[in-house]
Amino acid sequence: MIIGKNLLEAKGVGVDFRINGEWLTALYNVDLSVKPGEVLALVGESGSGKSTFAMSVMALHNPNQSRVTGSIMLDGHQIVDATEAEMRELRGVKVGMIFQDPLSALNPLMKIGDQIQESMSAHSIVPKEQWQEHTIKLLDEVGISKPELVADQFPHELSGGMRQRVMIAIAIANEPDLLIADEPTTALDVTIQAQILDLIKEIQAEKNIGVLLITHDLGVVAEMADSVAVMYAGQIVERGTAEQVFENPLHPYTRSLLRANPSLDTLNDQLYVIPGVVPALSEMDHSRDLFLERVPWMQEAAKEKVSDVPAEPEEGHFVRGNAWKDFKFQDGYLEPGRGQKEAQSK
Amino acid sequence: MTELLRIEDLKVHYPIRTGFWNRITDYVYAVDGVNFSINEGETYGLVGESGSGKTTIGSVIVGLEKATAGKVIYKGQDVTKASSRRKIHYNRDVQMIFQDSMSSLNPRKTVYQIIAEPLHNFEHLDNNAMDKRIKQLLDIVGLPQRTLYQYPFQFSGGQRQRIGIARAVATNPKLIVADEPVSALDLSVQAQVLNFMKDIQKEFNISYLFISHDLGVVRHMTKNIAIMHLGRFVEIGTRDDVFDDPQHIYTKRLLAAIPEMDVTNREQNKAHRLAIEKQYQDHHADYYDASGRPYPMRKLTDTHSVAMTREEAEAAGVASGKAEADALAKGGE
Repeated sequence: MIIGKNLLEAKGVGVDFRINGEWLTALYNVDLSVKPGEVLALVGESGSGKSTFAMSVMALHNPNQSRVTGSIMLDGHQIVDATEAEMRELRGVKVGMIFQDPLSALNPLMKIGDQIQESMSAHSIVPKEQWQEHTIKLLDEVGISKPELVADQFPHELSGGMRQRVMIAIAIANEPDLLIADEPTTALDVTIQAQILDLIKEIQAEKNIGVLLITHDLGVVAEMADSVAVMYAGQIVERGTAEQVFENPLHPYTRSLLRANPSLDTLNDQLYVIPGVVPALSEMDHSRDLFLERVPWMQEAAKEKVSDVPAEPEEGHFVRGNAWKDFKFQDGYLEPGRGQKEAQSK
Repeated sequence: MTELLRIEDLKVHYPIRTGFWNRITDYVYAVDGVNFSINEGETYGLVGESGSGKTTIGSVIVGLEKATAGKVIYKGQDVTKASSRRKIHYNRDVQMIFQDSMSSLNPRKTVYQIIAEPLHNFEHLDNNAMDKRIKQLLDIVGLPQRTLYQYPFQFSGGQRQRIGIARAVATNPKLIVADEPVSALDLSVQAQVLNFMKDIQKEFNISYLFISHDLGVVRHMTKNIAIMHLGRFVEIGTRDDVFDDPQHIYTKRLLAAIPEMDVTNREQNKAHRLAIEKQYQDHHADYYDASGRPYPMRKLTDTHSVAMTREEAEAAGVASGKAEADALAKGGE
């Protein structure tokens, strides 16, 4: 298992946005930690606050329109109240980021090589005379076969997979300890996706960096993650190791999501549908278990206040609220992992 | 099973023009000789990576794109030419659902206007009948009546996709071309839309051409599947043929690349994927001709066909592709 102290440690992180003069909570009491060499996957639907969290680690929220509370420690540096100048020193050096859409994240008017060197020029990690050499080495490292040629090309000349490789090269140019990958493969085909995921894994293992992988694709999580945090409506509803979350999911939301995924068992049937929709930001009451509003047969429990301290039914496996204890699918659906587990305990 | 639509040797080639005189110097072979047929009330899956030509096939079927060669046959009649479509109400019977619901709905029109458009075009209803029909359509897709005069931006992604579906089913179509209908949606919403598509299929006996790159969704939705690569089919079969007994290296590679929801056998899955990938790299020349495209198909069973390997293609005396295609393209000029 991974030992050692945490690279990223978020405690009670909250993010509020000012929308039309009103402060609305987008992220509520998020606890997370990433150790060196660990891949933590942050899973959730669009609007659940995954990217909001990533942006607050990079301190990219507009300070006039948002406020971040709680504590985010990145390798001993407090990010929440860091100044812009301090953050400039941390971005790129301590934490690198890969974005979903490489075409809009790369500068269309700049050659690939120059874009990689731009990130080096912001910090004095790599001496100037080695920039060229280091660029070629980086491109080679991310699996680009003709690095000299590609360094001299523009983003539009590359395929989607190649562009994402360039993004990774830029993100790791200053050898950061933490890599944030925000939906790195959503725009790619499955075969390319597999290659990019392998590449991230390879780099992560080789350099022993921590990875915060943000995705909505449960398959990607199952392939990549050491630990998983599931987000719903700005809160973490469940977190634990990948085995714990996939083999023994506890929170109703995790279990509903796993069931909604098309699989071999559902071939000719209807897919499971989670009724209702994610509440709007202004309608979120974070003192309750918000997902229960979408479970028609648990409306009583949905009104109860929920402790901000998650329960820990097994070591390292946290779940929010009490609903996980009584939650059952109403149609008597037997969840694959759970059924076996209960049979064993009998 | 009655056949609803048949595609015969469909080719779509785009000319590449270069030079001062803007002369045609080469072609992009977007779709290069595909054959398949869709039965009534069935879902046909079309799978391939981006740029493989799957959307082009869909566009030709609904008439947004012209075929360079080949035929589209609907209920036994050739509808390749636009003029021949009108007579048999083809444009009413064949509708489309788009991937990006935001850009396929006019932002300045209300839901009422959006759904009314195909009705205006094809059914001559008076105002009362129109109101009734549109309300009925909203019921079918499960949107409340009060949304009738709202604009697309006021809806969530899943709801917008349903407006798109309401528009597509407004004229009681026989075939709907669904181009990546759930790719932009979250898992829970995706399940709603897929279930819903299955429901209306049962109710109205609609056929779908389901275009997607998500093999999990395709396996869930379709009966027959075609795998497409570089403008040609590499494998056609029933769902079981393709998923349980893949023959072509590209199909195997696609299947191996799907992330498995299986935490415990992660290493095994990865080893399997890498082995297939290596095989794909090493034996590429056995499966693709000199111009880099797959060889023609051969039949394995009644339902299952696969693109030939080089040996088979040579034995069958099929020309190496490029020369033949060039000749054809020139002939079609």
